[in-house]
Amino acid sequence: MDLSPAAMADPIDALRHLRADFPILNEKVHGKPLVFLDSAASAQKPVQVIDAMSRTMRTQYANVHRGLHWMSERTTDACEGVRDQVAGLIGAPSREEIVFTRNSTEAINLVAHSFGSLIRPGQAVVISEMEHHANLVPWQMLRDRAGIELRVAPITDAGELELDALERLLSDGKVALVAVTHMSNVLGTVTPARQIADMAHAAGARVLFDGSQMVVHRRVDVREIGADFYVFTGHKLYGPTGIGVLWGRRELLDAMPPFLGGGEMISTVRFEGATWATVPHKFEAGTPAIVETIGLGAAISYIESIGFDAIAAHEAALTDHALRRLAEVPGLRVIGAPADRGGVISFTMDDVHPHDIATLLDRNGIAIRAGHHCAEPLMRRLGVNATARASFGLYTTREEVDTLATTLEQIRSLFV
Amino acid sequence: MERDTLYQRQVIDRARTPAHAGSLDDATHVGEGTNPMCGDRVRVGLSMTGDRVTAIRHETRGCAICIASADMMAGLAGGRSALELDTLGRLFGEMLRTGEGAEQVGELEVFAPLHRHRSRIRCATLPWTALTEALVGAVDGTPDGSKDRRGVDASATRGDGRHG
Repeated sequence: MDLSPAAMADPIDALRHLRADFPILNEKVHGKPLVFLDSAASAQKPVQVIDAMSRTMRTQYANVHRGLHWMSERTTDACEGVRDQVAGLIGAPSREEIVFTRNSTEAINLVAHSFGSLIRPGQAVVISEMEHHANLVPWQMLRDRAGIELRVAPITDAGELELDALERLLSDGKVALVAVTHMSNVLGTVTPARQIADMAHAAGARVLFDGSQMVVHRRVDVREIGADFYVFTGHKLYGPTGIGVLWGRRELLDAMPPFLGGGEMISTVRFEGATWATVPHKFEAGTPAIVETIGLGAAISYIESIGFDAIAAHEAALTDHALRRLAEVPGLRVIGAPADRGGVISFTMDDVHPHDIATLLDRNGIAIRAGHHCAEPLMRRLGVNATARASFGLYTTREEVDTLATTLEQIRSLFV
Repeated sequence: MERDTLYQRQVIDRARTPAHAGSLDDATHVGEGTNPMCGDRVRVGLSMTGDRVTAIRHETRGCAICIASADMMAGLAGGRSALELDTLGRLFGEMLRTGEGAEQVGELEVFAPLHRHRSRIRCATLPWTALTEALVGAVDGTPDGSKDRRGVDASATRGDGRHG
């Protein structure tokens, strides 16, 4: 970290030197320097991650947990080391509680399947109005399969969870699980996790947080927030695609039946039946994403070398700056105004369609997301068909946000 | 700012003040196209005499490309037969994919630059999906198969992405 007085005074500039770690930021799009404001969809990769994965395949690769040879043992050590790193990243009490999955979606499906099989007909699962489809559709599937009830906690117009309404949804004691986002991928809302967990526990329910956006921007401690399950994905955390994480309390993971069957997840197998391995391997059938796991480990090392204090300060200052600059663009309306928010900003601009905005920004090298952001029910709740969304990573600069704002003004002048 | 040849004045003006928007009270044929990726929707109402379109209106909720495309399609459809429209729709789809053949599609040539924006091609073809649905059964000898034969709606793009 740059400790010079100037950098200390400006948390945005304090991370500027890290841009050199991301080779893709040197690319040009349509002849313009790439301004990548779509990190909430998937973040770019630092050379530390790229090199770790490449080095693995070049020098130290074999299948894990099986081989009796040197290469397999070393590769197993490298992968299992990442389990320790993940436990450290989110404050998990035990490395055995870390289950590797393909992504957040698979982690939530695992819980919906395995924990879901312990939920009895007549019991309920509560989600919120601002869930990504990944934390909505698996619960609808469970509802239709198992005869449970799916309840939806409303949000305010500002984009915050209505805690009173959540309290009422919990009041009959039938709720087995509350599954909500820790940070909205559309509104940027950071939810009051500890409060939600306390409310759920008081009503006899367990709580799962979708941390896909949150772990990127702030230090998360699953014990501090009182979570029972926590999920996130590697590719938004500057790591590779194909590797995600489920953390669950040991007693819950122990009680849950396996998700997928196959090699690696068994203890003994006969034609008459099989017995399961202990957690976490019970939930990790088949050859895992070895290279991607090691890539995730490199991403976590990278993030931790920067430190969440600097990352969170950068994001907060940049988000403030962006909200100020975007407010100056005539006709631009930021969707939601949560008090505690992260660097994800959805907006509309007069009646200019978000797809037109995205295409014209793209012609100027600026990558944003436009559409329903995998949250169709939320779009309906907000009364919009689609929004444009700018989201920030640790490499995003003040100048890039300014470029976005001025280009939006020019686009608007085309249409109005 | 780089404006891109796709967003010519002609396209933007047509999207802002479409000439053929609205519903057709005495429509004999109606069709609808929706894009689940973005929620855009085009409804087309036709009056036909024999196999010829005598009146057409569209109700479009969509981006500038989609509205302008729907309005230009409606402008070109009047007086044409179902078969002629089938052919035009296929030539249009071909042009959007390859960027070539612009001289065969009249004023729809303004959309030729779309072949460089694969994720947006669907925006321009959505009105034709609605027209195709309205014309099902109106093309001689191709009652239901006509939909599959059209180049414009079969290979809808998936570029909007459903992630994230």
